[in-house]
This record gives sequence, C-alpha cells and structure tokens, in this order.
Amino acid sequence: MLSHPDLAKLIFGRLTLEALPLHVPIVMWTFVVVALGAIALLGAVTYYKLWGYLWHEWFTSIDHKKIGIMYMILGFVMLLRGFSDAIMMRGQQAVSFGASQGYLPPEHYDQIFTAHGVIMIFFVAMPMVTGLMNFVMPLQIGARDVAFPFLNNFSFWMTVAGAMLVMTSLFVGEFARTGWLAYPPLSDIMSSPDAGVDYYIWALQIAGVGTLLSGINLLVTIVKMRAPGMTLMKMPVFTWTALCTNVLIVAAFPVLTAVLAMLALDRYAGTNFFTTELGGNAMMYVNLIWIWGHPEVYILILPAFGIFSEVTATFSRKPLFGYASMVYATVVITVLSYLVWLHHFFTMGSGASVNSFFGITTMIISIPTGAKIFNWLFTMYRGRVEFELPMMWTVAFMVTFVIGGMTGVLLAVPPADFSLHNSLFLIAHFHNVIIGGVLFGLFAGITYWFPKAFGFRLDPFWGKCSFWLWVSGFYFAFMPLYMLGLMGVTRRLSHFEDSSLQIWFLIAAFGAFLIALGIACNIIQFVVSFKNREALRDVTGDPWGGRTLEWSTSSPPPKYNFAFTPRIHDHDAWWMMKKYHWQRPLSGYLPIHMPHNTGAGFFMAVLSFVLGFAMIWYMWLLAIVAFVALLVVAIGHTFNYDREYYIPADEVGRIEQSRTDLLASHV
Amino acid sequence: MSDMTTSMTPGSGGRTEQLLFHESTDHHPANGTLLGFWVYLMSDCLIFACLFAAYGVLGREYAGGPTAQEVLELPAVAVNTTLLLLSSITYGFAVLAMQRNRQNPMLVWLVITGLLGAGFITLELREFAHLISIGAGPQRSAFLSSFFTLVGTHGLHVTCGLIWMVVLITQVLKKGLITANKRRLLCLSMFWHFLDVVWVGVFSFVYLMGVLP
Amino acid sequence: MSAHDELHAHDDGHGHDDDLGIHATLSGYMTGFVLSVILTVIPFWLVMGHVITKSSTAAVIILALAAVQIVVHMIYFLHMNAKSEGGWNMLALVFTIVLVVITLSGSIWIMYHLNSNMMPSMMDPSNLP
Repeated sequence: MLSHPDLAKLIFGRLTLEALPLHVPIVMWTFVVVALGAIALLGAVTYYKLWGYLWHEWFTSIDHKKIGIMYMILGFVMLLRGFSDAIMMRGQQAVSFGASQGYLPPEHYDQIFTAHGVIMIFFVAMPMVTGLMNFVMPLQIGARDVAFPFLNNFSFWMTVAGAMLVMTSLFVGEFARTGWLAYPPLSDIMSSPDAGVDYYIWALQIAGVGTLLSGINLLVTIVKMRAPGMTLMKMPVFTWTALCTNVLIVAAFPVLTAVLAMLALDRYAGTNFFTTELGGNAMMYVNLIWIWGHPEVYILILPAFGIFSEVTATFSRKPLFGYASMVYATVVITVLSYLVWLHHFFTMGSGASVNSFFGITTMIISIPTGAKIFNWLFTMYRGRVEFELPMMWTVAFMVTFVIGGMTGVLLAVPPADFSLHNSLFLIAHFHNVIIGGVLFGLFAGITYWFPKAFGFRLDPFWGKCSFWLWVSGFYFAFMPLYMLGLMGVTRRLSHFEDSSLQIWFLIAAFGAFLIALGIACNIIQFVVSFKNREALRDVTGDPWGGRTLEWSTSSPPPKYNFAFTPRIHDHDAWWMMKKYHWQRPLSGYLPIHMPHNTGAGFFMAVLSFVLGFAMIWYMWLLAIVAFVALLVVAIGHTFNYDREYYIPADEVGRIEQSRTDLLASHV
Repeated sequence: MSDMTTSMTPGSGGRTEQLLFHESTDHHPANGTLLGFWVYLMSDCLIFACLFAAYGVLGREYAGGPTAQEVLELPAVAVNTTLLLLSSITYGFAVLAMQRNRQNPMLVWLVITGLLGAGFITLELREFAHLISIGAGPQRSAFLSSFFTLVGTHGLHVTCGLIWMVVLITQVLKKGLITANKRRLLCLSMFWHFLDVVWVGVFSFVYLMGVLP
Repeated sequence: MSAHDELHAHDDGHGHDDDLGIHATLSGYMTGFVLSVILTVIPFWLVMGHVITKSSTAAVIILALAAVQIVVHMIYFLHMNAKSEGGWNMLALVFTIVLVVITLSGSIWIMYHLNSNMMPSMMDPSNLP
C-alpha cells in the first residue's frame, strides 16, 4: 500500500529514509550514545517503579515550585547540548587554518552555530530565568501559587515540546543553517528548501506559546496575589525585576510570533513578505525581529539584576542601597528597551538621522544600568560582606559586566559599528554580557535558592572550583575574540587562511576547555551535595540569614508555601519579622484551598509537538489529526469546573508539627 | 485564639504600635482571570501591530499586479462593518441579560451575535475567493500578501470567537449562569469587542486609505 | 484557546466573587453604538462619495476618526476606566498603545529611510538630491 506514491506522500510528507543521518558517522555515534543514555534512563525509571511518582508528583504537578525546578532541569540539560555545540565550534576554528579544513564540513558547522544560538537563548537562558521566577517569586510575595496554575504547567510542557523539536532535528533531517535569527532571503524557501528552517520556526512558535502564557501568568500573579500590606514599593527587588521581565515578555513575544508566522507563510503559502521578488522586503524581517530581539535581551538580564540585588543585600548584611532608584532604573530600562532595536542593524543603511536617534537611545540605556552597578557597590560599601558562593558570582558579574557594558556603548556609536558589526568583537560583546550577566546571575541564583528548593545547600568546594574555572575560562575564551574582532575577523567562519590568527583561536579554545571543566564541576557539585545532603541540611529554612519572605517558610516549603498568609509592613519583610522576634504560630490552622493536578497540559504539549513535526515534514494528514485533537483536548479541559480542593486543617497541622519537631531537634 | 496572632511592640520609637505579621483568617487573593485575559488581548494587539506595520511598509508594493484601488470593494466592506458593529451591540445586550441573571434572553442574544459573526466570516471568505479567482491571491504581490494576512488573521480571530461562543452556550446550558460561566462570558465579551476595535483599524487603514488615489 | 482555560479560581462558596467588577448599562451600550455608527459612516461617506480630493487630507481625517472610534469602543464597550482592576487595565492599555505607536511609526520611518537611501530608483525622482 505504501508503494503508492500519493498515499505515502499523504502520510509521510517529504520525510524519507534519506532524512536519517545514516551516512554521517559523527551524528550516528551521537545518536547511539543519546539513545543508549535514554534507554538507560527509561530503564532505571521503570526498574525503580518511578513512573507513577514522576507522573503524579511532577509531570502533572501544578505546584509552581515543582514547575520551577523542572524548568531549571530543562535549562541545564539544554545547556549541555548548547555547550557541546560551542566547544565543537571552538575546536573547529582552532584547527581549521590554511590547508587543514578542520573536522566539521561547512554545512554541518552552519547548523551548529545556529543551534548553539537558538538553544542557548530559547532553551537555556529562557527556561532558567522562567524557572527561577516561577520558584522564587510566589514565595517572595507570600502567595500559595500562581494566578493560573494549570497554565503554568501547560507553559512548561510547551517549552519542552519546542526543545524536543530542536533535539529531533539532530537525528531526523537537519537544523537551520541560517544563524540564530534566520534572516531571509537565506531562510526563505528558495535558499533553504530543506526542513531546517521549518524546525526552527515550529520549535520557536511552540515554545513561544509557553513563554507568552507564563509571562501573562506571572504578571497577573504579581499584580493580584501579593500578601496583604505588600504595596508595589514594598516588593522585593527580584519580584520587581520579574514584574518588568514579564511585562517585556507579554509585550515582545507577540512580535516574534507575528514575524515568524510571516516567514512561515512565505515558506509554506508562497506569500511575498520577505522574498526578493514581487515587492517583498527582507529588511522588514530584520526590522521586525529586532523589535522583539532587543527587549528579549532585557527579559534575560533583568531577573539576573534582581538576583544580584537579593544576593548583595543578604551577604552584605545591609538593606539594598537605593531601593527606589533600583526600581526606577528597572522600569526605565523596561521602557527604553523598545526604543533601541535599530542598533542591531545600523549598517543596513537607514541613514544618519535614523542611526543617530537609535545610537543615542542606546547610550541612554547605559545610565540606569550604571545606576544599578553603583547601587550594588554602595550596598557592599561598609557592609559585612560574606564571600559565600552567590556573592562571589556577584562580584565576578560586576567586573565582567562592566567590561561588556562598555564594549556595548562602543558598539552603540554608529560609525564604530560600521567597522565592528558582524565581527568577532560583537560576538565577544554579547557573550560578555550574557555569560557575565545572565549566566553568572543564574549561577548565583541557583546556589542561593538551592537550599530553599531541596532542603540542603550545595557543596561549596566544588562550587568554588566551578566558579574559578567558569570565570577564568570566560576570559580566556572571549578576550581573544575582542582582539580578533578589532583585527576585522568576521563571525560564523569555519575556515581561515591567515595562520597568524591561529594563536588567538587556540587561546579561545583553551578557555572553552576551562569552561567545560567548570560545567563538569557543576555536575560533580550536584552529585557530591546530594550524597552529603545530611551534612549540608538546612533545617531553619533560612540558611543565609535572608531578608525576604521565601526564607520565612521551611526548606523545602510545604506545598501550600505558607500555613498563614504573611502580612507585610516593609520591604525586607522577613528581616523585619526577625527583628520583631516573630513567633511561628503553632495552632489555629485553617483548611487551605489548592488547585488539583492535571495532565491536560502535558497532552496538549505532546499534540503540539506532533503538530509541529507534521508541519515540518509536510505530513498534512497527521497535521490535521493533531490539530483537531489539540482543539478537542483544549475545549474538553474547559468543561472541567472542578479544579480545586481543600487541604484539611489537620493535615496542615501535621505538616507544620513535623517542622516544629525538626526545628526543636536542631536547636 | 489571640495568642497565635503574634503582635510585637517595637523597642525603638516613642509610640507603641501593634504589628501583625500574618493573617489568622482565610485569605483569598482576588481572581485574576479578567486582568489576565486583558493582558492576553494586549499581547494580541501587538501581533496585529506587526501585521499593520507590515501592511504599512509593503501595502503599496503592487509589483505590477492589481492595486488596492482595483481590487478592494468598499460596499462589501461597509456591509461587513455593519455586521460586526451590530454583533458588538447584540453581545452588549447578552451581557446586560447576564447581569440580570436572565439565562434564556442571554442565550438568544448570544446566538444572534454568533449569526452576525458567521455572516461576517461568510462575506469575508467570498471576498477572498473572488480575489483569488481574478488572480489577486496572496502570492501575487507583497501588497496582497500583507492584505490577506492582516485581514485573514482578524477573520481567524472571529472564527475562534465563534467556536468559543458555541462552547460557551453549551456550558451555560449545562451548568447555568454560575460565576465561572459569567466570567467566561465577560472574557468573550472583551475578546469580541476587541476584535471590533481591530476591525476599525482594518477598515480605516487598509480599505479606506488603501483606495485613496 | 488558552487564556480562557483558567477561568475558575476560588469561586465556590465565596459570595463576593459574584461581583465581577463590570456594570454595563443599556444607555452606555446605546451611546457607544450610535457614536460608532456616526464615526463609521463619516469616513465611508468621505471616501465613497469622493468628498475630499486631496488624499493626504482624507487619510488624516480617516485616521483621526478611527482613533476617536477606538476610544469610544474602549469606553462604552470595553468599560475601560482608570479604576477597573486597580488601574492595571488602563496601565496595560496605555503601555500597549505606546508600543503599537513605536512599532508602527518606527517601522515605517526606518523602512522609508532605508528605501530612500538604498533604493533611490524606487523613490520619486523629484526627491533625489
């Protein structure tokens, strides 16, 4: 039956056995390793009979804390993939000089740099930032969950579905070879007829739904669910940055959705938005995607700023210097981030008036950012600074980020940009701010809030190893790129003729190797900490002497977060509670209203994955089936009116009693 | 009971104040659905902003093909605008009936709204079919690509609204006018009026300004 | 399909939730409807009756009337005011309008300059230096 060509086309679309990389040994070996790893993992889960536990306690969980942790795990796993791409590129560029072509053919190299960018931004940084906000923010505002718990679960699984599509492209077909923003005309159907760009589009669209919904969700949570007494100017700074970030997500991601939809229409329906004929204008794509792209940068960095604010205040044992100015700086950055997008394409040729406007707005944005740096410095000034690991990441951030910020201001000058655009100087700049800002911030945050999430601290020795390897590795890897960029070396090259450049690439590769060791230390740190968890146990719920509400509950917090809703009188609410010797109430518990777990989000995400996969390979029949099924599940879910239950008061009492016993046994 | 709501006297300061650090009663945050849905509409608004921007930039790129003046028919658009505006006011009547807890009039107004919306979609599909039949399909030029995408995206939203209306009518018949259903009706009301707002932009910016010489 | 999935939170047994915060009135809807009809008829009449010959003038009037009609819809149909949801509705709306204006005018401004610099042949020859 399948020999009938039309029927086969209807079912399989353009997917043939050719799409499997049977003839590319390096990918086949990767596949074998991944497949064996997956089989081992699934086997272990089956052997230890964990499926039921995972399904009931995690996959269908609508607990914001568990969803936050799952986001972090997704981000970390994808970091390993994204970093493998990075080290392959560094390796290739270090050896591919003169007669040597290196070990990666160009078409493969192009997929790697595209996948590296897409994965690091969308599936490492975004999930980790969203995960931290998900875990920490409701605790900081004294809420029991987010505003729309089901949507939270659904958003997470949509992000996973997007990530899975990118991973699938490794073994079925290929990924885009266009760079991480897939500019047309290179990404249109004439120049990229294969499935790579379609993987890109559908992965981002599906994950984008998740991102947008989680943005709305967290935004409404902050607006509606703050504990009594917590006015806006009493919110912790991390919550403030989370608020601004989610505003940016809600206001920026629709632009990405729209522009990718237009690109998809060009590819699927033959429209002429960004084509080179019939009136299409590829520059319009560049214009629109950066209207999303620049706010995206701030979506990532603002929560990191929030983390540094919390960490600096906690470990300097002082209230944050200039709370109000920190808040205003954050809000100003939020608004200004929409007025600078053209600096990503000064060289496109919009002329002096347009370029000067956007050059100046770009320079203005460094003012609130600089104010923040001074606030952190003044917080540390005359404080009793404790150099615990989160504080070390913060100090490393301040030094590194200032360098990255200054090269950014340099690039904001249009004439300088004309000689530096698309060079390795630019690459060095944005890695400087993303690694030095976002990633260091995430590491600070992970180390800081890990005991809250799991009830034990991370091992400091391996953490410090990781810290020093990451920081020194970063400088080794990217300072040479600044030099190369100033010499005029452009980005995305897989081969060089001038062998005098090789030494710089060798240094950069050495830096990447140090970072690899840093990541290894991270993994060792998790394992060692888990093994020593009894020694690292945090029984108080407040291991660092924290200032904000999340430290007032136990580590890990009970599923209802707070037995009694806190009442807030100032920012640094927990610090004030400690100062006034607040006593945990030991009686008078009330039943607590909580949402039910549900699997609907998981199923909808699986169907979205199938829909995306079917669209990528032109399997129209499957696409229709998946779409209708998605619609049915979504509508069916709205017929479920019974979404909440009460935790009985005596169960709350039991949970609280066990904490009382634990505290008593460790006095 | 009073000993569990710990109150403390601050050591410093002249006056004595009682500070409570937790609520001893059941505390319910306000429901965020209407605000959340509004925020969703705002994000949707930005999708339309991009499509409008694309039309603004590409809307005169006829590429030698048919121009807006040649293909856009204002009388049909006037009828469509009327249908959509009427459906807005009938939805308003449905909300008024809902406020008075009168389920059947509410359902009747909802059905009328749905029929008007379906009429709008039918007319729009006929317009599209006509354009494609005379060789002015979305592939012909950047103008037509951006025209079909902008107007089509609005039409797609109206279609979603119609499906939602059917689902909601079923739910009201099943469960009655309970609070949850009322909230859904108000969300759909916002959605429906929002689409009318977008349509004001479409008929002004695309149709009326498009046919100007 | 998604945002309305979460309509049910904390409402069984809580009377105060019955107040959904919106108080629509017949006179409000009728005012909005009549104003909208007027504001729709005028631009259609202007264009279909070829009342104004100068395109740019007509375009400005059409856009102005559209802006007024959008405000009318916001007030009378969407019950927008500075107090609903503690002002957050209004704040979200104002922020969105600012971004819509930035996106639209910014794109058109940038692309116009781009075309005039990079593809002068496509522009009106009389504008060339």
